[in-house]
Amino acid sequence: MRYLPLDQHDRTSMLARIGARDIDALFRDVPKAAIVSRGTFDLPDHQGELEVERALSRLAAKNVAAGALPFFCGAGAYRHHVPAAVDHLIQRSEFLTSYTPYQPEIAQGTLQYLFEFQTQVALLTGMEVANASMYDGSTAAAEAVLMAQRITRRAKAVLCGGLHPHYAETIETVATLSGRVERTPVTPGRAADLTSLIDDETACVVVQSPDVFGLIRNLRPIADAAHAKGALLIVVVTEIVSLGLIEPPGAMGADIVAAEGQSLGNGLNFGGPYVGLLATREKFLRQMPGRLVGETVDAEGKRGFVLTLSTREQHIRREKATSNICTNSGLCCLAFTIHLSLLGEEGFTRLARINHARASMLAERLADLPGVGLVTPSFFNEFTIRLPKPAAETVDRLVAKNIIGGVPASRLMPNEPEARNLLIIAVTETNTDEDCKAFAAALTEVLS
Amino acid sequence: MMNNQGRPTQSIAAQSSELPTISGDRGLDHEEKLIFELGRTDVTGVDLPATEVSDARLGGLRRKGVIGLPGLSEPEVVRHYVRLSRMNYAIDAGLYPLGSCTMKHNPRLNEKMARLPGFADLHPLAPQQTTQGALALIAELSRWLTELTGMPAVAMSPKAGAHGELCGLLAIRAALEARGEKRTRILVPQSAHGTNPATATLAGFTVDEVPAKADGHIDDEALRAKLGPDVAAIMLTNPNTCGLFERRIIEIADAVHKAGAYFYCDGANFNAIAGRVRPGDLGIDAMHINLHKTFSTPHGGGGPGAGPVVLSAALAPFAPLPLLVHDANGFRLVESRADAPDGAQPFGRMCAFHGQMGMFVRALSYMLSHGADGIRQASEDAVLSANYILASLKDVMSAPFGEGPCMHEALFDDSFLEGTGVTTLDFAKAMIDEGYHPMTMYFPLVVHGAMLIEPTESESRESLDRFIHVLRMMALEAKAGRRERFEGAPHFAPRRRLDETLAARKPILRWKPKEQAAQAAE
Amino acid sequence: MSEIRFTDQHEWVRVEGGEATVGITKYAAEQLGDVVYVELPEAGRKLGAGAEAAVVESVKAASEVYAPIGGEVVASNDALAGDPAKVNADPEGEGWFFRIKVADPGEFGKLMSETQYADYVKGL
Repeated sequence: MRYLPLDQHDRTSMLARIGARDIDALFRDVPKAAIVSRGTFDLPDHQGELEVERALSRLAAKNVAAGALPFFCGAGAYRHHVPAAVDHLIQRSEFLTSYTPYQPEIAQGTLQYLFEFQTQVALLTGMEVANASMYDGSTAAAEAVLMAQRITRRAKAVLCGGLHPHYAETIETVATLSGRVERTPVTPGRAADLTSLIDDETACVVVQSPDVFGLIRNLRPIADAAHAKGALLIVVVTEIVSLGLIEPPGAMGADIVAAEGQSLGNGLNFGGPYVGLLATREKFLRQMPGRLVGETVDAEGKRGFVLTLSTREQHIRREKATSNICTNSGLCCLAFTIHLSLLGEEGFTRLARINHARASMLAERLADLPGVGLVTPSFFNEFTIRLPKPAAETVDRLVAKNIIGGVPASRLMPNEPEARNLLIIAVTETNTDEDCKAFAAALTEVLS
Repeated sequence: MMNNQGRPTQSIAAQSSELPTISGDRGLDHEEKLIFELGRTDVTGVDLPATEVSDARLGGLRRKGVIGLPGLSEPEVVRHYVRLSRMNYAIDAGLYPLGSCTMKHNPRLNEKMARLPGFADLHPLAPQQTTQGALALIAELSRWLTELTGMPAVAMSPKAGAHGELCGLLAIRAALEARGEKRTRILVPQSAHGTNPATATLAGFTVDEVPAKADGHIDDEALRAKLGPDVAAIMLTNPNTCGLFERRIIEIADAVHKAGAYFYCDGANFNAIAGRVRPGDLGIDAMHINLHKTFSTPHGGGGPGAGPVVLSAALAPFAPLPLLVHDANGFRLVESRADAPDGAQPFGRMCAFHGQMGMFVRALSYMLSHGADGIRQASEDAVLSANYILASLKDVMSAPFGEGPCMHEALFDDSFLEGTGVTTLDFAKAMIDEGYHPMTMYFPLVVHGAMLIEPTESESRESLDRFIHVLRMMALEAKAGRRERFEGAPHFAPRRRLDETLAARKPILRWKPKEQAAQAAE
Repeated sequence: MSEIRFTDQHEWVRVEGGEATVGITKYAAEQLGDVVYVELPEAGRKLGAGAEAAVVESVKAASEVYAPIGGEVVASNDALAGDPAKVNADPEGEGWFFRIKVADPGEFGKLMSETQYADYVKGL
């Protein structure tokens, strides 16, 4: 067993030093009835690397990797090209196998990159301060709602109909513990009027932009309506690359931004691990959940970084903590930071423009097909089309033609009759002209 | 003169190592600025074509102004992050004696497997017929987890241990609602990890603390006395945070169930018993498993983790969405209540998509590598190593439960430092100078100046002996009144002790360009 | 000189002209270490004796501060926001936390005197 360095000789002499007869003696506190004998489990014994590789490769081969064919899925997770240096750097031992930086003297590597990450997130979102990440965008959104409930001391959260349903459901799971949630109707391609739902009991309004259908939302009027009633505006962003071309939430009056950072540095990974971004105004700092890295000096006056404002957190405040969160997304933050450092301002804004250009071209092409209508008049790299037939079946038939043609809205909203014929399509820099032509051709065939 | 070469032939006495360098760097120790101080907004390390796009489809919301992101060429980026990495301690470099964290070796095979394109390049919402291998993997991992714990069901989506705790408590809440009962109190030991009371409060319960007895075990009489019709659940860690297996656990579980409550078990210490004890046999109702502890997925400097929760028959119906179903057509994710099989009453969703697939692949790779026999051996070696450390140090350090045996972690307190002027903190910081990451300090709270040491099974005999020797010598020195080593430690790390008070009083949480920073200081 | 009294939760209170000033004791400040932040009650808030009134944070700990006697908050020490170190420098003077309009003057007499508190601390 290659990961276990002790041999029988070691074990025997260690037992002798301890003064125990055998290993069972060390487990003497375990009730006899609870000790299972060897061979009890219906599980195989140890295997070598070769066998393990074979078994897992066999499972991997039963999946169709996104890079193997024209691929257009988005709806909360986006396929972007990650430069080779990123994956190489995050696998350095000192990053991959290090612990949470509770001993800052020997963790300046981690602490400094998290400080850089916090700065990048604040700049991207146009907000004053960001934390060192949450698990993902959906739990960041849920924590943002709890934060707003604490800050305003109000119970109601209003969720906009364009919010990703998984995010809405995640928010509901926790927001209903200390308050209640109201959802506005789903209006694909149109901004629904939220103002009538905002009242003196509203803690926050949660709006996603671009929304789950891809529509870019003007947040300023919603911010004004919320603030007029003393409520906070929480903005959700699931495609962080959009901030390379669109005005950031901070410039439009957002109080808290909860975003998904997966697009930068982190692959699709079938849904996780991802990286949640949380940014807010300086005045709400102490209500912010999660880790925070701050700048300071050491005993010799050298600049250094430490985890700070920890008294908000579970390990100190216990039942009065701002959250129960313990881990952050560590290595996923690092991947995000390295990718964004390689891109820089110039690269990031170019990347955003390429995405929008490709999506615009495909949207035009598909909207020209008979029976197909473009639902979202404005979008970044993801748009929605209305088909003359149910989208889920259409996607299945496209699979048979070796195209993964996007996410049927009905997958996310099975009870929404309006959604049945809607197909949500994402286009990124990884999609070629050939991909787009093939998609259009296949869709034409399938719809005829 | 015989030597006309000009070069002296005698060896020169070594110069003082305190000689300042010109660069400010020192040999292989390089200082490194922030990327914002190194990069520029017009530089990029990626070759992307410049494209013009019209405003037509941007809803009038094109970004105005500059974001302010610095860019660097690839060689500069690589150098920046490599230099940062070298300021970090890591398990690959040395032992982490961190109690309750299970810092075991992170097998590289796990990394290779997680990066297979069939797993890594797979979208969570791709048509399910194209993701059958991934769903099969989740099912296989679920099978290992339920087999090892002796529980009938598992919720796979929680993203970390604390998230799993929340999932378990929400399942309990749902079960109580289904019974038409409202119970608001949760019993939590004083020695519990902070996430336990934090999660209980988050889930809408009030926390009632149960003390520990002098022998480090939970005061089960006090616990019984607190049971009543308003108690929803107890949250216990077993083995507990003092490193001891709760002997009366089966009786406790019985009493809890008789009182109509549920038993949540914090699985952080599963490494002590995996393969040897099934928590299901102890009467638990829910237990989260930290894949980044027991099952070796890397800590990554703080994350990502994964915290699947095994559930008893009583709680299984309330497992959150999505559910994984296997029928004649293959594997299928059930993502809405309407689609759920008969009897399933999911309480909702914990997060978007399906869980930490990347960590699932790594954990399964570890499990297949170890096998049932290896997992059992790993637990035995973990317990053996902790007891070896306890036995080897309890004469010079103070172990409140030193009679032993302990499980996979050994608890010491600061009694042995009494009168020396050296605190647990000083002792821990001096370990850094010796090339070790400090052990868990000041936790659990039930002991003064706690030092909790968990070596794990992946330390060799040589490594353990060396660690024991160093701690032994340090303890003897402290007791002999020789404080130089401890005062102001660490002396040899990339940074000396950092001013955490300043960081908290005047929080600087991001870099700002000079003009902004000057304004803020006014 | 107004009289000062103490609680077993390490708060002090001084009453003068129907108003009571409250803070934490030297002992409490020492136990906490460097204070980094204080969360104070807003003016107008009504506190009962023993109610949670404020929170004082150091780097590694956070402690509740309770109202020794009941009353309505009339002022909080705003200077602490910019300079929490005052609590460590002068906990029983410039490091005061908040001031209340006393509801029931009788409650004051039930608290520990200076000597009683000094004895109490010795026994800890």
